[in-house]
Amino acid sequence: MWEYTGKVLEHFRNPKNVGLVENPDGVGEVGSLACGDALKLTFKLGSDGRIAEVKFQTFGCASAIASSSALTEMVKGKTLEEAAKITNQDIADYLGGLPEQKMHCSVMGREALEAAIENHRCGRSGKRVLTGRVVCHCFGVTEEEILRVVRENQLKTVEQVTHYTKAGGGCGKCKADIQGLLTRVAGELLAAEQAAHARSPARKLTNLERIRLIEETLERNVRPALRQDGGDIQLVDVDGARVKVALRGMCAGCQVADFTLRDVVQSKLREFVSEDIVVEDAT
Amino acid sequence: MSRVIYLDNNATTMVAPEVVEAMSPFWGERYGNPSSMHAFGGQMHRDVDAARAQVAALIGADPGEIVFTSCGSESDNTAIRGAVDAFGRRVNVVTSRVEHPAVLGQCQDLSEHGVTVHHIPVDASGQLDLVRLGEALRDGPAVVSVMWVNNETGVIFPMAELADMVHAAGGLLHTDAVQAAGKIPIDVRRVPVDLLSLSGHKLHAPKGVGVLYIRRGTRIKPLLLGGHQEENRRAGTENVPYIVGLGRACELARTHLDDLPRLAALRDRLEQGLLATCPDSSVNGDRHQRVATTLNISFEYIEGEAILYSLSDVGICASSGSACSSGSLEPSHVLRAMGVPFTAVHGSVRFSLSRYTTAEEIDYTLAALPPIVTRLRAISPFVQK
Repeated sequence: MWEYTGKVLEHFRNPKNVGLVENPDGVGEVGSLACGDALKLTFKLGSDGRIAEVKFQTFGCASAIASSSALTEMVKGKTLEEAAKITNQDIADYLGGLPEQKMHCSVMGREALEAAIENHRCGRSGKRVLTGRVVCHCFGVTEEEILRVVRENQLKTVEQVTHYTKAGGGCGKCKADIQGLLTRVAGELLAAEQAAHARSPARKLTNLERIRLIEETLERNVRPALRQDGGDIQLVDVDGARVKVALRGMCAGCQVADFTLRDVVQSKLREFVSEDIVVEDAT
Repeated sequence: MSRVIYLDNNATTMVAPEVVEAMSPFWGERYGNPSSMHAFGGQMHRDVDAARAQVAALIGADPGEIVFTSCGSESDNTAIRGAVDAFGRRVNVVTSRVEHPAVLGQCQDLSEHGVTVHHIPVDASGQLDLVRLGEALRDGPAVVSVMWVNNETGVIFPMAELADMVHAAGGLLHTDAVQAAGKIPIDVRRVPVDLLSLSGHKLHAPKGVGVLYIRRGTRIKPLLLGGHQEENRRAGTENVPYIVGLGRACELARTHLDDLPRLAALRDRLEQGLLATCPDSSVNGDRHQRVATTLNISFEYIEGEAILYSLSDVGICASSGSACSSGSLEPSHVLRAMGVPFTAVHGSVRFSLSRYTTAEEIDYTLAALPPIVTRLRAISPFVQK
């Protein structure tokens, strides 16, 4: 048996808002009998522009029924703008979590909601149409859909993509294609991260942060080398850019102490803390 | 859960109380190793051989042709791999599209190692396509592995006819009889298969013990090496308590073959009752060539896992061929091979009875299931009112 939460079982046993809204303002349909699950969502808006009535019909397993029921409870009373922000993870969270293999049930809920809102706005058919390149022909999953789910849920593996979208769960021929999409998203993320890093100027540290960083740098980048020679270093005081340190053990009174302070301690602190640091000997 | 109505006996069975009793001395008092050179261990050897005779009697074999294994899957793997290896790999493999994963997995691996594997299709009733089998057999010497009884539908393959075909073509026949033992009479003298697999836990013995019948003179390379046990056919110290339990279970299975007409009547009552009370339902599998204990039935417009959870809520255990209940996204390969439409595969439920099933339990299920079907159909978008 699956490890369903109490909330999932509760919504499966006693689903809320089952049926069809009469004269709906929006209809969304996703899935099919062949795929093994399908959801039809209908809603009606109140005079205040908020979702006044919402109902669902679902063909699927216990978690598909529970996800649909949860979705209707979540969108009730929301404006369409608010409802459109609901992600599949929100649906899963509402239910206290879903087994990873069942995450596609929550994705189906989000897709049906989108189709229904789209149907209301453009009057386009509420049946979800596949746009763009189809990657998984067994379950009819497009590149656009896979990229979106990968980005929204930070997916890393082909198996996860299958759990969330079903793509790759049939004949498996599209697995290499899915891996390619994952690699593409990973590349985008990396590029974005590097760009952000390059742009942001180093924020000015507070005194406390500065002292901590100096201590960390001494601990990580200076002490291990000194200890190898039986020495040590102690931070005595920090006064603006002036950092007073005392050499201990074998280092105290060492003939190359000046060299150690300037070429090891000062250069490390300049590298990791700030360019203007001047190290003073307080031994 | 206050009461459990267990209708999932093709998945596993209750260990019979008589089996538990037969096993009980072998934990504390009689723990010896059958291979030991002392009287204490030697006695265990006699106990294992007594069990061997009990198993042999169930299938009409000679005790010397019985090899104990750890499970049905080990027996299947040993049979196919061992026979192919004994041929030096210059042999084809022929199997069906509806086999147990233990057989299909081994065949897949062999095909990845250069062995030609033919998968014979089945018809809409789940019966093997004998014309295609004949064609595959003309492709050269073959190790053939086809199940005697299908685990999902209960459909019985015509094993005597298959043995004739395979032997006429110079092939070797293995059959996975895990679902056949105790459910139909088996006699390897009259139906001369060369290799046959059994599993303990499908016939009221514990999980963790199986049998491979190897007809005398059949060449087979063992899978487990490094021990003289089972006459060098399967290394590893004998699992004495389980082997003794399996022997007793086979003895009981033989005497309970008389019980099959009663079970067939119960199964038919369940089948007729459900077909009558649930519209848009249909039975999967050949109803004329089927074991007495299995019913595979599809309910249109609803999904199997949802049915199973609802049944479980009222204490009834069954299983389904739907994708969601399999843990993968693919629904039952058996029903798909039969060409059962997706709609019916997703809504399929398998009920499997045992000699412990009572008329009262069947009636309880007959009362409990129709409201579940109605409730789930009320949620489904595919039912037009």
